[in-house]
Amino acid sequence: MILIGERINAGFKDIANAIKTKDPTAVEKWAVAQTEAGATYLDVNIGAASRDPADMAWLVEATQKAVPTPISVDSTKIEAIEAGLEALDGRQCLVNSTTADPGKLEKVIPLAVKHNAMLLGLAMDDRGSPQNVERRVENGAMVFMAAMEAGIPPERIILDPILMPIKFMQEQVPNVLEAIEQFTHLSDPPPHISVGLSNIGNKVAERGRVIRTFLVMAMAKGLDAAICDVCDEETIAAVATAELMLNKEIYSDSYIRAFRIKAGGVA
Amino acid sequence: MTVEIPDVKKNWPHTINAVTIGATSAEGGTRTSTVTIGGETTLPFYHFEGTMPNKPVVAMEVWDIPAEDWPDTVREPFADVLADPGAWAKACVETFGAELICLRLKGCDPNGADRSPDEAAAAAKQVAEAVGVPLIVWGCGNDDKDNEVFPVVAEALSGENCLLGTITEDNYKTLTALGTAYGHKLIAESPVDINMAKQVNILALDVGFPSENIVIYPSTGALGYGLEYVYSIMERLRIAGLKGDKVVAMPMLCDIGIEVWSIKEAKAPEDEVPGWGDVKARGPMWEASTATAYLLAGADVLIMRHPEAVRITKETISRLMGGGA
Repeated sequence: MILIGERINAGFKDIANAIKTKDPTAVEKWAVAQTEAGATYLDVNIGAASRDPADMAWLVEATQKAVPTPISVDSTKIEAIEAGLEALDGRQCLVNSTTADPGKLEKVIPLAVKHNAMLLGLAMDDRGSPQNVERRVENGAMVFMAAMEAGIPPERIILDPILMPIKFMQEQVPNVLEAIEQFTHLSDPPPHISVGLSNIGNKVAERGRVIRTFLVMAMAKGLDAAICDVCDEETIAAVATAELMLNKEIYSDSYIRAFRIKAGGVA
Repeated sequence: MTVEIPDVKKNWPHTINAVTIGATSAEGGTRTSTVTIGGETTLPFYHFEGTMPNKPVVAMEVWDIPAEDWPDTVREPFADVLADPGAWAKACVETFGAELICLRLKGCDPNGADRSPDEAAAAAKQVAEAVGVPLIVWGCGNDDKDNEVFPVVAEALSGENCLLGTITEDNYKTLTALGTAYGHKLIAESPVDINMAKQVNILALDVGFPSENIVIYPSTGALGYGLEYVYSIMERLRIAGLKGDKVVAMPMLCDIGIEVWSIKEAKAPEDEVPGWGDVKARGPMWEASTATAYLLAGADVLIMRHPEAVRITKETISRLMGGGA
């Protein structure tokens, strides 16, 4: 499972503040905590806190000074992605993200190729978020084909079917599950499939349960990556348990420990 | 017209741990040579796909008491030395080409000779002084007694970087502490059970014993006696290790001799089983055949008894590693 730690995001006050004051303390704290929890990638996102690509470069630098963990450069703005990638010290990275919008594909994919990055593609287009299975699969396939044509192999592509809050768009959850399964048929080996996991629990009272139940259902359909709260022990335990159910890991009584050791977190 | 053969080579993301056994005087021991096992980046002998930097090795078995229950075929080559573990070990190394010696402390068994920890340590010192190859020391199999014996033996061999065994899910705290204190590697045993093989490694890790110092012993069955169960477990362990499961990415050990020389196929004389052929040829062949199967399953260390079986197995290893006979 590719676990992308969501916490270095200016949507959180401490990170927004760090960007504003250029004090890296909070960034370092979350870089270390998420790495110790077993994050495969650390998502780095300046969100709406800044329009300045230089702030993305600063946030990437602050993160990579703290830990050796691979970085997911996350922005809807191409200039910010580029600035983030340029600031990297050569470590593994993920471009997060492109959409199926042709104008975006033709700019973002070359950046991923240039920096030898994994590419995360959202199954949305210039018409906005998809409201059914077909649109998700159509958009996902469009990103997938464009990336393949640029020479990015399936195992370096991550597709995101766009997960929405269950409280507001309940009817979309089955559509996301179905799209995940259809993504797995795109190629052999299939691309990776990720969601922004916390979205589903937005403003939900039983947030933890909603998130974890969706997570294991989606893993059964083929989800093998997630942008999520990697510091939540119950989420990690759910991933470890689901991987056992899928026979991806050898059972042992201490399998959650084994999962953490494998994820490279605190041994 | 040329037919394109698809390239099916795999690029495994993880490497099996390399484990060195033995320490020379420069490294704080008294061995004249050391042995490194593991380090594979591919399945056994898939030289076309990855590397196998260290060849599998053959350890020969020596007991601290004369091995009275060994069949005649396998006692005979050691007839003059069975009463003297040092001389026995020397014969194994100098005459029969053993790459390591496995001293089995059978004499400590409380249901047998019930020898003391000091006697066990004396036997261990005798072997260590007689030969320069690295040592494996295997307990008598009684947990309580082994926990009394190993503190003395591990200290007597302090700094020699031996391979001591075994730890199990139910008994690992004494040996892990001794391994750390006196600089020894450990054998992690499980009863033909892949889940327990993984669990014992995690338990050792949890008490601070590094996984880089562990060799997996998944149990061994002689050819015809459950070999295929162990084989499939070894395959799964190795594949999981190569895929990145760090707690099973260790070299593996097979205890061949003790299993083979207890079955009728290796020891029943021809007059009892007409048509089976001369037992003196049959026994060593059975041991060598069993060893070969385990090499293909991923064994890195084979503990063996009969000199002829050892000779054949070493030749097989040499050929499988791409060398000549």
